[in-house]
Amino acid sequence: MSVPVYERIWMRASGILIVAFITTLAAGLAAGALQPPSHVETIDPAKVWTDPRFAQTGVTVDTHGATVIAVGMMFAFVPGEIRVPAHKPVTFRLTSVDVTHGFEIVGTNGNTMVVPGYVSQFTTTFDRPGEYLIVCNEYCGLSHHLMSAKLIVEEAKP
Amino acid sequence: MNRGDRLPLAHLWVAILAFGAAAGMALMQALSRASLELPWRSPKLYYLSVTAHGVLMAIVFTTFFIMGFGYVVATRTMDRPVRGPRLAWAGFWLALAGTLAAAAAILTGRATVLYTFYPPLMAHPAFYIGLALLVVGSWCWGAVMVWSYVAWRREHPGQATPLAMHGMLATVIVWFIATIGVAAEVLVLLIPWSLGLVRTVDPVLARTLFWYFGHPLVYFWLLPAYVVWYTVLPKVAGGKLFSDPLARLVFVLFIVLSTPVGFHHQFMDPGVPASWKALHAFLTFGILFPSFVTAFTVTASLEVAGRMRGGTGLLGWLKKLPWGDPLFSSVALAMILFAGGGFGGAINASFGMNAVVHNTAWIQGHFHLTVGSAVALTFMGTAYWLMPRLLGRELELGLLAKIQPYIWFVGMMCFSFSNHITGLMGMPRRIYDPAYGGDAVAAGWRALTAVSAVGGLLLFISAAFFMMVMLGTGLAGKRKAAEPVEWAEPLHPANPRATLLDRYGLWAIVAVVLVVIAYAYPLWVHLRMERFGSPGFSPF
Repeated sequence: MSVPVYERIWMRASGILIVAFITTLAAGLAAGALQPPSHVETIDPAKVWTDPRFAQTGVTVDTHGATVIAVGMMFAFVPGEIRVPAHKPVTFRLTSVDVTHGFEIVGTNGNTMVVPGYVSQFTTTFDRPGEYLIVCNEYCGLSHHLMSAKLIVEEAKP
Repeated sequence: MNRGDRLPLAHLWVAILAFGAAAGMALMQALSRASLELPWRSPKLYYLSVTAHGVLMAIVFTTFFIMGFGYVVATRTMDRPVRGPRLAWAGFWLALAGTLAAAAAILTGRATVLYTFYPPLMAHPAFYIGLALLVVGSWCWGAVMVWSYVAWRREHPGQATPLAMHGMLATVIVWFIATIGVAAEVLVLLIPWSLGLVRTVDPVLARTLFWYFGHPLVYFWLLPAYVVWYTVLPKVAGGKLFSDPLARLVFVLFIVLSTPVGFHHQFMDPGVPASWKALHAFLTFGILFPSFVTAFTVTASLEVAGRMRGGTGLLGWLKKLPWGDPLFSSVALAMILFAGGGFGGAINASFGMNAVVHNTAWIQGHFHLTVGSAVALTFMGTAYWLMPRLLGRELELGLLAKIQPYIWFVGMMCFSFSNHITGLMGMPRRIYDPAYGGDAVAAGWRALTAVSAVGGLLLFISAAFFMMVMLGTGLAGKRKAAEPVEWAEPLHPANPRATLLDRYGLWAIVAVVLVVIAYAYPLWVHLRMERFGSPGFSPF
């Protein structure tokens, strides 16, 4: 196939750009820096409230950081207010008792789907103390736009 | 009107009417998101309307338009009536019956599950059965297209496939491979579940099958638009196609690369390991390549046209192009908007970065540039060019047709860019109202949702102009001898012999092998895992 010279240059440049994109992703992946929430763990959605992993919702803080146990339901998050320490890794563990929800901490890259039958998990660190809005970002029914919660990031007490 | 053209015309009219209905709903949605207190505004009506808009635009308008356009390409490029006209008509009626069943379920409020219909939100069985019939109808179309090609090939051994038909065959192959996923989801999981034959369904399995279908679906929309860009646009612009073999290569790359990328829609899903998401992310970047090549080849073809019309200098040829021709301006503006869509798409595909935009208003901003502009605006332009030729009538209200693409362009700029920005600010997509009880962060989205509403209003005006031109032409256009449907000639004489790029069976096999690599193992592991299904839930 004969390709005109300018188009050949363009095609090479496009190819190099694509390889550069893929290399960037691969480097991030190899360094363990960039990973979307991809935890694989299942749970019976009918028994969430009695399952030992989710019976106690809320935040546990230890010296390493904090763990948040939360549940999505039509049309609220439990708990509706989450307090976590700043500058420390916070691990979120979430599931749903009914339909699929989203869990998005506005203004951060904290974002995961919350799917019944599965446990979502991701870890992130908040460097800016303050109040954050958490919204459901997957359509879950007629009051989807009201489904929200608060995240309060606090400076560690001295 | 040629008797054989009743088949494509029936499809095109269904597409155009579905588009008109869906555009009306979109206006209401754009105004609702700006928190305007209109008298009929309610969450129930809003989400019903989002469902109807998505299904009518993304599934009904596109599929019927592509089927109709495919028949035109088949009959005109191969210069013969289609094989199996009865099968073709059976496909039309099945798809129409399916559309009506799904529409009835949606409009009576029994299927407010949006066009992605993720379980365990459950719709009335008529919704799923209707969608299945629509897909089966489209399979009849695919079979007729392949059958017609095989008949032509027997009489023309060794001859290169006409380029437009080459592109439509790529579309058919992508569609057959893609619809396996949605057929499995709807027939095996959702129909028995909605009928109460099985109690539960696995939502992640359903999402995986949906997105196995959902991403190649966008190439099913895009490839016929590319057929217009490569084979109609240069002719209408008064020029020639810059490179025939590269155009062929592009369509083959889409056959191969379209499907094994679906996990990039599930980056934020639990239950899917990161390694498989990464593989699909890498493959997704591969698909940028044929679109990069298309950007060059089509732009170069336009330069050829501008210079053949006497344009000189570095950019002087641009001024000589027929900006007043509605096909030309539609496609040229669609290409400009698509450049933004491609840029955003690369960001969406970027694995980690996706977390910032996933399920935010950014996403609706993005796909209104791709399917809502690159595809929809191209199809509208194609209708201006094609309908008079099929009907044997003059285009009515030509002035409206001239300005309509420009209004779409401006409206889409307002709509899409404001949604990209509010998305980056964290506003979710698909919400009736962005107030969040007066939250301060949410209040920051307010000004831009108003810009988005203005965009929606302009898009609605543009769509209304399109409908007026189409209905005016169909009902009252002055009758005249139909002009022929003509295709662009390549700049350099094309190879008249069939090459490796015309071996469709071979490329389909390569595509299937890639699909197996990308999906077989993760699906097998998923099915062996201990899983808990979900019963259905009504959205209210």
